[in-house]
Amino acid sequence: MQNEELVRIATQIRRDILRMVSAVNSGHPGGSLGCADFLTFLYFEQMKFDSQQFEMDGKNEDLFFLSNGHISPVWYSVLARSGYFPISELATFRKLSTRLQGHPSTDKKLPGIRMASGSLGQGLSVAIGAGLTKKLNGDNSLVYCLHGDGELQEGQIWEAAMYAAANKVDNVIATIDFNGRQIDGDVDQVLSLGDLKGKWQAFGWEVLEMDGHNFDSIRNIIQKAKTMCGKGKPIIIIMKTEMGQGVDYMMGSHKWHGVAPNPEQLENALNQLTETIGDY
Amino acid sequence: MIEFEIFGNKDTRSGFGEGLAELGKTHPDVVALCADLTGSLKMDAFKNENPDRFFQVGIAEANMIGLAAGMTIGGKIPFTGTFANFSTGRVYDQIRQSVAYSQKNVKICASHAGLTLGEDGATHQILEDIGMMRMLPNMTVIVPADFNQTKQATIAIADHQGPVYLRFGRPVMPIFVRPDAKFIIGKADVLTEGTDVTIIACGHLVWKSIEALKALTEKGISVELINMHTIKPLDENAILKSVAKTKCVVTAEEHMMNGGLGEAVAQVLARKLPVPQEFVAVNDSFGESGTPMELMTKYGIDTANIIDAVEKVIARKG
Repeated sequence: MQNEELVRIATQIRRDILRMVSAVNSGHPGGSLGCADFLTFLYFEQMKFDSQQFEMDGKNEDLFFLSNGHISPVWYSVLARSGYFPISELATFRKLSTRLQGHPSTDKKLPGIRMASGSLGQGLSVAIGAGLTKKLNGDNSLVYCLHGDGELQEGQIWEAAMYAAANKVDNVIATIDFNGRQIDGDVDQVLSLGDLKGKWQAFGWEVLEMDGHNFDSIRNIIQKAKTMCGKGKPIIIIMKTEMGQGVDYMMGSHKWHGVAPNPEQLENALNQLTETIGDY
Repeated sequence: MIEFEIFGNKDTRSGFGEGLAELGKTHPDVVALCADLTGSLKMDAFKNENPDRFFQVGIAEANMIGLAAGMTIGGKIPFTGTFANFSTGRVYDQIRQSVAYSQKNVKICASHAGLTLGEDGATHQILEDIGMMRMLPNMTVIVPADFNQTKQATIAIADHQGPVYLRFGRPVMPIFVRPDAKFIIGKADVLTEGTDVTIIACGHLVWKSIEALKALTEKGISVELINMHTIKPLDENAILKSVAKTKCVVTAEEHMMNGGLGEAVAQVLARKLPVPQEFVAVNDSFGESGTPMELMTKYGIDTANIIDAVEKVIARKG
């Protein structure tokens, strides 16, 4: 897909995110905006899947797990615009009886979601488990997962990291949303991750780095990661992003991690992101 | 007095091991995960016969639950194995989000439950696990009574779609469930029919209740003894049918009084048929080191406690 088209889609997704969280005055716009380009690339160019016939087992499809479930708005928008469910349903986000729960869940049967997330640190284990089953089933498709950088403070992440390397789980491509911010402030201030690349390398992972707002960089690194699959090592991509990307007053701060824009702020933000495909 | 046929003496964990090994032969989608307690959980046979379907995860229980949840996607049926303490309390949030809420077909198999773990002491003797697991929506909770029933339950849960907590233990105990019995999830076993009192027990306390039957019969008390191997979903009909006849109940379990079988039974009776109830259970206390049988005596979950509770509850009928 042309980068220009990916930008058009991602711009519409950013509008969706802002309108969704503003409508219910809750949700997490910052990280959602920061991961809009990455998820757009995965779902519109990279992964193979059938959004019209969603199957929980996902055999012979690429799978995606969102471990940092609070950025559900970006995932919901991408899923809807990939054809998993009607885009009009985005208007129900976080409202009573919605399938678009505050954090992703499976119990309301929203197509495209295979695991609840929100309580952090669990998704890497889940993705590795799904990868193990793909190997047992002789299924050569891949498993992708996304994690927050603050989420790496959870101990289970490192249990999973140790397991995957020791057991050569080489059909999982994990990505870290490395925006350097979490609810209470900068990750470095809250609990520094130290030498993040060195940590993953020491745990036995292949470590790649990319610019999460540059489609050439994303494409090149994901392609490189794919060529590394099946070679006995798990793969992680440290993806540099900006929390709040695309909205000037949200960037450069942790303040919009979990705060929704009010109507005036929303209007300001939408003026920076021209409608492309069409609002829901 | 009904005589119980005894089929030998074994630990319930070995029943799990045999059941799992059989599943290895009959159910190609069953996989097993263990957190460095393969020998204690008696998972060696499955491991040796199905090395490609056995996953040693090391001392990392949170990761084990997450792996198991993920492995269900694509059709595997994961059985996780570790001590009850590390199967529940340590990983409650992982079970809650990735297994119960996500409705994943994971079988959480927990050995060394309760006081009868023995000498290792209170750090390992979980008495709260039934409570934690039965509070979770979507979770089935099973506490089989002996070796044969644990084997039968292990096999039965493989064909049940959804999360299961299977609780068993370490001590060698008499086997009284017939080797050819069919285990039906949620259907209680009425072991003796009686008219004066209903005893509802689970796990090792079923045998303790059988032991109590002799003394109670000699006292002229007619006991209806129910083996409530499934705590959730609870067989309400079996409880109500029996209690309608006996008008009082004693519950007996190797668990905290808070949250356990007794509380589940009380909830049914309070709503539908209030009668006097006595609880044979651990009363808001941690355990300690000792032999299994010493601990059952000290913490009030032994045969004598069941006999006392029966006499007390019958007196309360008035």
